[in-house]
Amino acid sequence: MKLVHVLGLIPFIGMLGGLPFANKVNAFVLGLPFLLFWIVLWVILTSIIMAIINYIDPANREEGVE
Amino acid sequence: MISLLIMFTFLLAAIFLAIRSGMGKKMNLEQWAVGGRGFGTVFVFLLLAGEFFTTFTFLGGSGMIYQVGSPAYYVLAYMTLAYVFSYYLLPPIWRYAKEHGIVSISDFFSTKYNSSSLGMLVSIVGIIASVPVVVLQLKGLGIIVSETSFGMISPTLAVWIGTIAVTVYVMISGIHGAAWTAIIKDITIVAVVVFLGIYLPYHYYGGIEPMFEAVQAAKPAHLTFPDKGQSLGWVISTVLLTAVGFYMQPGLFAAALSAKSEKVFRRNTMIMPLYTLLLMFVFFVGYTAILQVPGLKGANGDLALLRLSIQTFDPWFIGVIGGVGLLTALVPTSVILLTIGTLFAKNIYQPVFKSNNETQIVKAAKLTVPVIAFISLYFAINGGNALYALLLMSFSLITQLFPSLLFSLLPNNRINKYGAICGIVVGVATVVYLTISGTTISSLFPSFPQTVKDMNSGFIALFVNVLVTLLISLLTAKNAATNKSLSPQ
Repeated sequence: MKLVHVLGLIPFIGMLGGLPFANKVNAFVLGLPFLLFWIVLWVILTSIIMAIINYIDPANREEGVE
Repeated sequence: MISLLIMFTFLLAAIFLAIRSGMGKKMNLEQWAVGGRGFGTVFVFLLLAGEFFTTFTFLGGSGMIYQVGSPAYYVLAYMTLAYVFSYYLLPPIWRYAKEHGIVSISDFFSTKYNSSSLGMLVSIVGIIASVPVVVLQLKGLGIIVSETSFGMISPTLAVWIGTIAVTVYVMISGIHGAAWTAIIKDITIVAVVVFLGIYLPYHYYGGIEPMFEAVQAAKPAHLTFPDKGQSLGWVISTVLLTAVGFYMQPGLFAAALSAKSEKVFRRNTMIMPLYTLLLMFVFFVGYTAILQVPGLKGANGDLALLRLSIQTFDPWFIGVIGGVGLLTALVPTSVILLTIGTLFAKNIYQPVFKSNNETQIVKAAKLTVPVIAFISLYFAINGGNALYALLLMSFSLITQLFPSLLFSLLPNNRINKYGAICGIVVGVATVVYLTISGTTISSLFPSFPQTVKDMNSGFIALFVNVLVTLLISLLTAKNAATNKSLSPQ
């Protein structure tokens, strides 16, 4: 398992694995019920994680410029 | 009346752009279908985004919130995870496709497994699975046209108008037209959806949190996953199933192949999840509608967004919303119809009629478009399913292609064409059986824990599929081996 693969698992674990604990209305965060907030939070975190993966993945450097 | 006029202006603008973009290009099949594989990051992004931001998200997303509430969040989760998954899945597919000049998912299978029958089977599955999606878009179109006309045009007539518009559009434009319309569509939809999602809760409740509090007081069940039915087990299994099936959709698969380099996909994985957040605003609209336009039963929940808008805004703005809604149906439908046309022409028509005449193949591809459009029209008028139910059905079918595709990407693939063919056939048959008989895991195994019982029944089909694929591959491989050792050479 390479690091870029392990990182790719984090969104799955966070988004879905956290659901049993996040499945409630209170407390409201930023105006959102907690469950919706949790999913939105993981969408944003996923985007950040993908940016990190893009940055460290050697496959992106080998190719050089487009 | 003014609303109808504005909406038709959008339609005419789209058709105008489509005709212009197709001019001066020799339309062979490759240009018509994958734009000569020359699209860069921006175009591929727009096409992929265009496929995802459809009438489903616009009407079905708010409709699902209105009808069942939180289970609709699954859309947000599966799309995000599908992009993560695509980071690893698409580059090897794209590389292989480029080496072998592949333009469709069927070509991919038939080349990988060296079997044109498998390619034909994949085309058939792709075409069948695409029909519910086209039906979904046509239904959405019908809702938009009839609501925007303030009931002057009946839903049935509206679906007819929509179908004819889409068919004409696809036949003249090909993928270039779709890509250009996608640009106008994406700019306008972002503006409209964000505006509606913020304005409506503030207008009716003075804010987003007060809106949620009002929903919580009246219908608390709409804000969390229920204990039974579309519960956690359903959400998690459906998200996984749809996330892996996402790129098996022939339209998306082909759109991905139109990329200029594999880097395009990796880059897109950073932006695409954020783009799905637009759905959150659609959800806000759906939640606002629950208490403001009560009484829409069953599949009519899909009317929620438009009914609420009609109650709130002047007719001219309804025209704008209708026009944008029209584009969200036009772009994805045209990409899907294009793909189906190409699949039929190249993987069914060509091998069956042994035709190598390029003009005839293009003609076959173009003629498939109205045929599929009118079959879908029939279901759109006669079927009573809500938009999200149609989408789920399509995904259960198309995901059956995933096991064989994944196996084929492994360094030493133990699966042969017999296994792949049998697995897919059995998987699809299982989905059809489960859908028609209404069987779920719950009715098959009543003693299982609730979480397992609520799991998406697509999983049963996938499980049977993998089992058959492995078993048949093993058996036929053994047969081949014994045949070899017995033969005297």
